[in-house]
Amino acid sequence: MKSKISPAVLRGSALALAAALALTACGGGGNDAGGAAPAEVSADDVQAALDKGGDLTVWAWEPTLEKVVEDFEAEHPNVNIDLVNAGTGNDQYTALQNAIAAGSGVPDVAQVEYYALPQFALAESVQDLSGYGAGDLQDTFSPGPWSSVQANEGIYGLPMDSGPMALFYNTEVFEKYGVEVPTTWEEYVEAARTLHEADPNVYIANDTGDAGFATSLIWQAGGQPYTVDGTDVKVNFSDEGSTRFAETWQQLLDEDLLAPISSWSDEWYQGLGTGTIATLATGAWMPGNFTSGVPAAAGKWRAAPLPQWEEGGTASAENGGSSLTIPAASEQGALAYAFLDYANVGDGVQTRIDGGAFPATSAALESEEFLNSEFEYFGGQKANEIFAESAQNVSEGWSYLPFQVYANSIFNDTVGQAYVSDTPLKDGLKSWQDASIKYGTEQGFTVSE
Amino acid sequence: MTTASPPPAVLGTQPKPAKRAQKRPQKRSWSGWLFIGPFMAVFALVFLAPIAYSIFLSFFRNQLVGGNGFVGLANYSQALQDPQFWSSLLRVTLFLAVQVPVMLLIALLVALALDSGRLYGKSFFRISIFLPYAVPAVVASLMWGFMYGTRFGLVGNINSALGISLPNPLSPELILASIGNIVTWEFIGYNMLIFYSALRVIPKSLYEAAEIDGASQFRLVTAIKLPAIRGALVVAGIFSVIGSFQLFNEPAILQSLAPNSISTFFTPNLYAYSLSFSGQQYNYSATVAIIMGVITMVIAYAVQLRGMRKES
Repeated sequence: MKSKISPAVLRGSALALAAALALTACGGGGNDAGGAAPAEVSADDVQAALDKGGDLTVWAWEPTLEKVVEDFEAEHPNVNIDLVNAGTGNDQYTALQNAIAAGSGVPDVAQVEYYALPQFALAESVQDLSGYGAGDLQDTFSPGPWSSVQANEGIYGLPMDSGPMALFYNTEVFEKYGVEVPTTWEEYVEAARTLHEADPNVYIANDTGDAGFATSLIWQAGGQPYTVDGTDVKVNFSDEGSTRFAETWQQLLDEDLLAPISSWSDEWYQGLGTGTIATLATGAWMPGNFTSGVPAAAGKWRAAPLPQWEEGGTASAENGGSSLTIPAASEQGALAYAFLDYANVGDGVQTRIDGGAFPATSAALESEEFLNSEFEYFGGQKANEIFAESAQNVSEGWSYLPFQVYANSIFNDTVGQAYVSDTPLKDGLKSWQDASIKYGTEQGFTVSE
Repeated sequence: MTTASPPPAVLGTQPKPAKRAQKRPQKRSWSGWLFIGPFMAVFALVFLAPIAYSIFLSFFRNQLVGGNGFVGLANYSQALQDPQFWSSLLRVTLFLAVQVPVMLLIALLVALALDSGRLYGKSFFRISIFLPYAVPAVVASLMWGFMYGTRFGLVGNINSALGISLPNPLSPELILASIGNIVTWEFIGYNMLIFYSALRVIPKSLYEAAEIDGASQFRLVTAIKLPAIRGALVVAGIFSVIGSFQLFNEPAILQSLAPNSISTFFTPNLYAYSLSFSGQQYNYSATVAIIMGVITMVIAYAVQLRGMRKES
């Protein structure tokens, strides 16, 4: 009996393993679409495509797009849009990359976050929109998001929203312990100590190592760890901005002043509601999440400008935000662009603002109606004023790696060790740098420190 | 093992051997293929083709810059020198060395207790011990993950109720043991069932003979039961070896709760997964998976050989 079963088991296991890896390997095909010149599509072509109509598939997880799609279809009855949620962030990129590699099932429009866009642009997986006349939109969008959609002298997406950073804080906690809302990171560390001392259950913030957050703070501090020039890439976390971040955050880690709770977990939502987590420095897209995810704390939270590295400074950074892109494999480029234009430049912008999104167009950011809108959740505060100012003050010169998606995925392998062991944050950043350089080199980039 | 002995070769007489030799194999092969054809087609499609494709993939390298190219065995030499790969292999080996014996021993004890006939409410115990196996691994990991929470989880509750401070099960030092606990909980019932069914087929006459000889219960176990179920033990051992090397679900689920404790190369499968889905290194991922497949086969085969040698 044994001699019969065991080989079968062995074979089965080997085969199952191979089958599993073959599944993952399905995306392994080559992508030879490199270096194509942008297609020239005039406004007339776009209009003609709209009149003719057709079917569009849109991959996006942004909830406010649902209404935009509805309105668009009502306005153009010939167009039929299939809005698909193919996963949030990385899940969707994986699906998109697999579809692109397989050459079938590629959507006509895909949502891509700014940090991931260079990767798609480099592989020419998404179309350069210059040919559609996107170059004329320079003044339409605020500078931060606009620079985020450019790579290799092309425009690879239209900004959909943006995430200028602000500090959200639980005013009840701050009042209870008589702590001033910090305006510099130094004060922030001080406030963290005071709060945690007053009540060991209260932490200034939660953090278990978040690549997007760390890079945003380095960005705000004026750091430029990534320098990208085509396929020449530099990764170096020893510049002043990165060092500043590392030194400040090291204090919070050393004194256990950060709640070891991962963002978006159940514990996190509870912590935001109960006052265990007193502040949250993040993008201006957060209010909608507060309203839906932490209803219990309505009226307790407020927004404030992001704490500064220099006293009296106004520097800010972006955290999150995404664009709409047209994958290279789409055969409906003109029609897809018509939708992009409607959603991100046209009437769709206001629809999405009404739905709680934070816009990327200058006009919307400067409109009185937008600036004066009162947030019931923040006790009637006109929070958009703070966000809009932050959008104006985003530090210049930041760029993400053309393989940031991978780099972020190994953040916890490297920098994350500083959160659970004696490894200094500085060393963690160094090993992140090394691992990123190693990967970049393997992928054919010329990478140096 | 059943062997299909050929029918006595006395059918024909000496003449026309050539003719029969021509005809019969042809007939046989056609009707035979008709029966196994569907299986072979599916087998080739879902088993052989993916393996062949993976091996094919492992000889190439597709870069973000520079595209796809044949690299020969470069992926293999890279994998064999890859400290992350070896650390993941070492981790599952440690897991195998500690968790599997513990799990199999408990499963064996439970099976022996059930089989002894001295247990009240036998079928209740049997089903309740088996039940965790029916819980999907993903659900089990989530459930345990919540219990492990030091803030709002069971561990947190115990801490605040008793005013103590239990070590965090999700810390880097304890995470492997915590995963071992989940896996043990999941698979004791499964292994228990394998052992129990093997125990049930032991002929009653052996026990009667032993009773006449005045053997104790303990002697009954060591002299009759254990030797009789050695085959089942080897099978369960092989299953466990394979399961350990393929450890994936539990760490993958717990990763979101303990991102700094479970790295992207925590287990070989998790490593292959991250290489594929975060790094788009499909070729290298295929290489890692093939190497792991070979290692798993070798070790499982070694377990089988050892199990058989003891018996003879």
